[in-house]
Amino acid sequence: MNFELTKEQEDIRNMIRDFAEKSVAPTAAERDEKEYFPREIFNQMGELGILGLPYPEEYGGAGSDFLSYAMAVEEISRVCASTGIGLSVHVSLCSWPIFHYGTEEQKQKFLRPLAEGTKLGAFGLTEPNAGTDASAAITTAVKDGDHYIFNGAKIFNTNGGEAEIEVIFASTDKAAGLKGMSAFIVEKGTPGLSFGKKEVKMGIRSSVQREVFMKDCRIPAANLLGKEGQGFKIAMTALDGGRIGVAAQSLGIAQGALEQAIKYSKERVQFGKPISSNQAIAFKIADMAAKVEGARLLVYRAAYHKSHHLPYSKEAAMAKLVASDAAMSVTTDAVQIFGGYGYTREYPVERMMRDAKITQIYEGTNEVQRMVISGAVLR
Amino acid sequence: MEILVCIKQVPDTAEVKIDPVTNTLIRQGVPSIVNPFDKNALEAALQLKDKHGGKVTVISMGPPQAKEALKECLAMGADQAILVSDRAFGGADTLATSYTLAAAIRKVGSYDLIFCGKQAIDGDTAQVGPEIAEHLGIAQITYVAKIEVNGDTVSVEREYEEGYGIIEGKLPLLISVVKSINEPRYPTIKATMKANRVEIPVWTMADLDVDEQKLGLKGSPTQVRRIFTPPQRTEGVVIQKATAWESVSVLIQKLSDAKII
Repeated sequence: MNFELTKEQEDIRNMIRDFAEKSVAPTAAERDEKEYFPREIFNQMGELGILGLPYPEEYGGAGSDFLSYAMAVEEISRVCASTGIGLSVHVSLCSWPIFHYGTEEQKQKFLRPLAEGTKLGAFGLTEPNAGTDASAAITTAVKDGDHYIFNGAKIFNTNGGEAEIEVIFASTDKAAGLKGMSAFIVEKGTPGLSFGKKEVKMGIRSSVQREVFMKDCRIPAANLLGKEGQGFKIAMTALDGGRIGVAAQSLGIAQGALEQAIKYSKERVQFGKPISSNQAIAFKIADMAAKVEGARLLVYRAAYHKSHHLPYSKEAAMAKLVASDAAMSVTTDAVQIFGGYGYTREYPVERMMRDAKITQIYEGTNEVQRMVISGAVLR
Repeated sequence: MEILVCIKQVPDTAEVKIDPVTNTLIRQGVPSIVNPFDKNALEAALQLKDKHGGKVTVISMGPPQAKEALKECLAMGADQAILVSDRAFGGADTLATSYTLAAAIRKVGSYDLIFCGKQAIDGDTAQVGPEIAEHLGIAQITYVAKIEVNGDTVSVEREYEEGYGIIEGKLPLLISVVKSINEPRYPTIKATMKANRVEIPVWTMADLDVDEQKLGLKGSPTQVRRIFTPPQRTEGVVIQKATAWESVSVLIQKLSDAKII
C-alpha cells in the first residue's frame, strides 16, 4: 500500500495552497458577508489550469488526475468553501458528464472552454418537488425536428446564472419514468432560458444557487448528451463523482477549522497559560485531528479509485458521509474552543461552521449516502 | 531579447530560527523556497518577454536539490534552467559565487539583460548581483522598482530610502530588483507538470572556464565571525491632526525641536 503523493501531485497541491492563501482567503469573509460571487477568482483558476485539472490536454485540460483535483477542492475549501463548491460543480457535475458521455464534437465545443476555464459550468437536476426523488421531476423536452423544446424549472442551481454551460435533465418520455429522463447541454443566452431568485443561505454565501426557468426553450438535438433515456444514469454517475468533490470540500473546511483551533488554543491565555495546555481542549483537538485524518484517507481513496477507473460509487458515498459529518463536528468544536470570539465574525470559524452544514445535505443528503452504502454492502 | 535570471534556493526564513549558541541558522526541517526577491526578478524578466518577445533562462548555483527551485521557475514560465553545481563550489562566499556564476553566464553566451533579486533572504548581503556585473565587465543598476526597455536603452526607477532616482542604461545590463517592482505570477498546473518532466542540465567545474583557486571555500576571502539580528529601524511618525493646519504646526514644531529648521 502506498500513501505517498507523487512529486507532481505534491507540486500541484503546493501551488494551489499558495494561490488559495494569497488570492482566495483574503476576500472570503467579505464575500460571505456581501453574498458576492467572485467570477474573477474563477477566471484566475481557469488561467492556472485548475478548472480543467483532471481532463486531458486534448480537451483543454491540465492532464492531471482526480486525486489532484480532490486536493485542489480541499485546498480552496480550506480557506473558502463557497469557492470550493463552485469549482466542484464545474469540474465534477458539468464537465465530467460531457467528458464521459459526450461526442467528440460536444467535447471540443463544450468541454474545451470549460476545461480551459473560459466558460463556467453548472448542473440542473433538482426541482421544487424532486429533491432526493429525482423521478418526480416534471421538466420536459419534446423533440421538434432538430431541436428539443424544454419546459420546466430547476432550483438550487449552483453557479446558475453565472455559468455559460449547464447540463440539464429533462424527461423525453414521461411514461417511462426514470428511464425516460435525458441529459442535455444548455447554453446561457438560449431564448426561453431565464434565471430566477438567488437563494439567501445560512452558509456558502459567496456561492450562488439560482432558480432556472425554461419556457419553450429550444435546445439543438445535437446537445443531447448520451442517448435519450440515459439521463438518470448520467445524473447518478455524475453525482458519484460530485460526491468526491463535496467530500473534498468538507475535508478542506474541517482542515481549515482544525488549523484555526490549534493556532488559537496556543495563543489564547486564560488562568496564566495557553488554553491548549488544558486537557479538555487538547483532547478535543486530538479528536478533531483524528476525524480530519480519517476523512482524508476516505476522500483520497475515492479519488484514487476514480483516477484508476475502479468502482467508486460506494467509496465516494462513504467519503462524503464521513467527511461532511467530520466537517460539521470539527467546525462546531472549533467554535467551542474559540469561545465567545468563535461566535463572532471576527474569526473565520463562525463562517466555517455555517458552511459545513450544507455538506451533509447536498450532492445527496447523508441519508442518501447511507442508501447507497447499504445498497452496496447488503447486496 | 535574451534575458538571464540568477536565482537562489534559500531556507524559508519565515520558519527558520537562529541557534543562540552557534549563531548559525537551524536549517533542519525548514522548507526550501526560491528566494522571494529572485521571484520578483523572474517576474520582471517574464513581463519583458511577454512585451518584447525573447527567451528567459534561469541559472542557479547550489546543491543538486536546487533543481527544485529551478523547476518552480520553469513552472512560472522560464524557457530554460541551468544548475551550476559541483562539490568544488561548496563553501563559496559572495566573491567565489559571483565568479562562478559569471563563468556560467559566459558559457551561456549571448544576453541582453541579467536580472537578480536585490539580495537573498538567508545571507542578506546584496553582493552577488553587483559582483557578477563586475566580473562580466558590464553596467549594473541595483534596487530597481520599475523598468522600461526601448531599443537598447533601459530606463529604470531606482529605489532609495528617501525616494526614487530615474536612471538610464544601455544593454547589456545587470539589474537587481526590489519587492515593490511586481507581484510574481503563479505557476500554472500545466507548466508545473511539464517542469517536473524536464531534465535540468547541471554544469560542473569541468564545464566552466574557471581558475580552481577562485572557487568554493578556497576562493572565499570572507569569514563569518558572528551572526546577529541588527537593531530594528525605528518606524516613521505619522502626524494626523484634525486639520491640515494643526498637522503642519506639529510638524514644524518637531522639525525645529530637532534643529532641522
